Amino acid sequence: MSRKNLIGLLPIAAVLLIPLLTQNPYLLHMFILSLLWIVLGQSWNLLGGYTGQISYGHAAFFGVGAYTTGIMVKSGQSPSTAWWGLLFGGLMAALVAAFIGWVCFRLRGSYFSLSVLALSEVLRLVAVNWNRLTNGAEGILFIPAFTQKTYYYYIVFALAAVNLGVIRWVMRSKPGYYFLAIREDQDCAESLGIDTTKYKLLSLLISAFFTGAAGAFYMNYMGFIDPGIVFSIADISIMMILVTMLGGAATKWGPAVGAILFILVSEIFRVWVGSGHLLFFGVLIIAIIIYFPNGIVGTLVDRRTRKRRLRGAEAVA
Amino acid sequence: MSPQVAGQLELLGQVLISGILLGGLYSLIGLGMSLIMGVMKIINLAHGELMMVAMYITFWAFTLAKIDPYVSLLIVFPLMFLLGVSVQKFLLTPVMEADTVLPQNQVLLTVGLGLVLSNLALLFFTANYRSVPVSYASKTIYWDLKLGGQTISLSFSYPFLVAFCIAGVLGASLFIFLAKTDTGRMIRATAQDKRAAALMGINTKRITYITFGLGAALVGAAGALLDPVYYLYPQIGGPFTSKAFVITILGGLGDIPGAVLGGLVLGLAESLGSVYISLGYKDAFGFIIFVLVLIFMPRGLLGRGRA
Repeated sequence: MSRKNLIGLLPIAAVLLIPLLTQNPYLLHMFILSLLWIVLGQSWNLLGGYTGQISYGHAAFFGVGAYTTGIMVKSGQSPSTAWWGLLFGGLMAALVAAFIGWVCFRLRGSYFSLSVLALSEVLRLVAVNWNRLTNGAEGILFIPAFTQKTYYYYIVFALAAVNLGVIRWVMRSKPGYYFLAIREDQDCAESLGIDTTKYKLLSLLISAFFTGAAGAFYMNYMGFIDPGIVFSIADISIMMILVTMLGGAATKWGPAVGAILFILVSEIFRVWVGSGHLLFFGVLIIAIIIYFPNGIVGTLVDRRTRKRRLRGAEAVA
Repeated sequence: MSPQVAGQLELLGQVLISGILLGGLYSLIGLGMSLIMGVMKIINLAHGELMMVAMYITFWAFTLAKIDPYVSLLIVFPLMFLLGVSVQKFLLTPVMEADTVLPQNQVLLTVGLGLVLSNLALLFFTANYRSVPVSYASKTIYWDLKLGGQTISLSFSYPFLVAFCIAGVLGASLFIFLAKTDTGRMIRATAQDKRAAALMGINTKRITYITFGLGAALVGAAGALLDPVYYLYPQIGGPFTSKAFVITILGGLGDIPGAVLGGLVLGLAESLGSVYISLGYKDAFGFIIFVLVLIFMPRGLLGRGRA
């Protein structure tokens, strides 16, 4: 392993040690939420950032993952079945994604984005109205398996690490290059012999699987979900975009930086402002788009390479 | 004709009437969105939130100054026009030519704008549901039809009927404006081909300001008309943004007459669906039609929009 990789592992090792340093439930809660949002940001980033398919409806997969877990617990006996939700919730989300992709990938650009949004809203309405399966608007409640937050910390850490690993691995292998090609110019990619629908679908499936697994973790951790929480456009779908954009779309560490900042800022504003704390996120989205269109990591760290690339592009043009 | 059949007919007629009356308001919402989409080629995901702002203006005008919602149109229309112009001038135009990895920057910006507007309303006006208690809120006009020996009695809600008529007048004025005036022609030219329009000496930047202003003013008018028949709360915008893009896609992107048709279709679909299929899924019918139209008729119901 090269030295560069070892340095990259240092922050991961540091994150691994956090529960040994503090047992403060509030702090651990913040770290757990940050890691959960890292998973969500990274998953959205694979489809939106690397493959260029902006989804306004990722809450669909989050909700399906959470509900799969909740329904498993409700129909099973012990809450330990809930942990299987991480797998089955992800798989269910991928299954739903296969259908959504089959429908929506006939469309491009904003039409794709809006059709995903529409289907995610349909799923929310199904969750509200299909009382026998989902318990309707009342939601699903169960007692979480552990009282210790440390366990949850390591579980969500493992999820984030696997997620990061899988996405890195995919992006370094052939499909990853196809994803980038599709983002840059879909027609060009098609004419070079890339089955664009197939690879867009692959990207969506991986993204949806991890989003669903994150939803399953949320169900396990919080012990309560209702359609308004897990299928929320404003609180899940839009925030996944914000987290990715804040850190930097199509960057390795962007979603992680974005997620940590997002949790930090939302806590500060939840405490200070109370109602209407989303106001700040609206301002933040606008400010990022105007001043840091490529996010923090994308703009600051990568500035030099980007300039070089731009100069190269000008020389070609 | 048996009384049962007459009863069924009465229900159907009532459902159709309420669908069309509601559809008239939806058309007005869709017109603004379609106009913006035609010229700027972006989907304004803050459309419903703009309507929410107009609804609050109407609400406060009524509560503080006892101004009738229909009269307050005269305040709402210019105010919303100004708001729309400022949004386009100070927010959307500056990010138009930024170099970014993510496409659809402007659309995401409107998402942020929507969050800002709805949360400002939440902060200042609280999450309480409010309504504009006009004296004619539940006034109805009856129309008795004699059919095969049975009487079918249909009712028209007075505020809905007025809203429908005003929406019709506004829609017709928009058509005349676009067809006959210089500014209207410039808007159409910019929608057709922005670069060519600029080469012909049209100040396309100014046209985008006017277009967004008009779009905001139209949806604002819809908000003012909706106030007497609906309740308002800060998060009301979201569902109406969804309705607006559903209408616009149904009509075909940037197709102005199509938007009117799209609004009527959505109104009818919701009203028929909620009576004959399921009330709980009322909002889902629009989305399902939306996805079906996107797949099978991507150029809209009239087949004239941009695919």
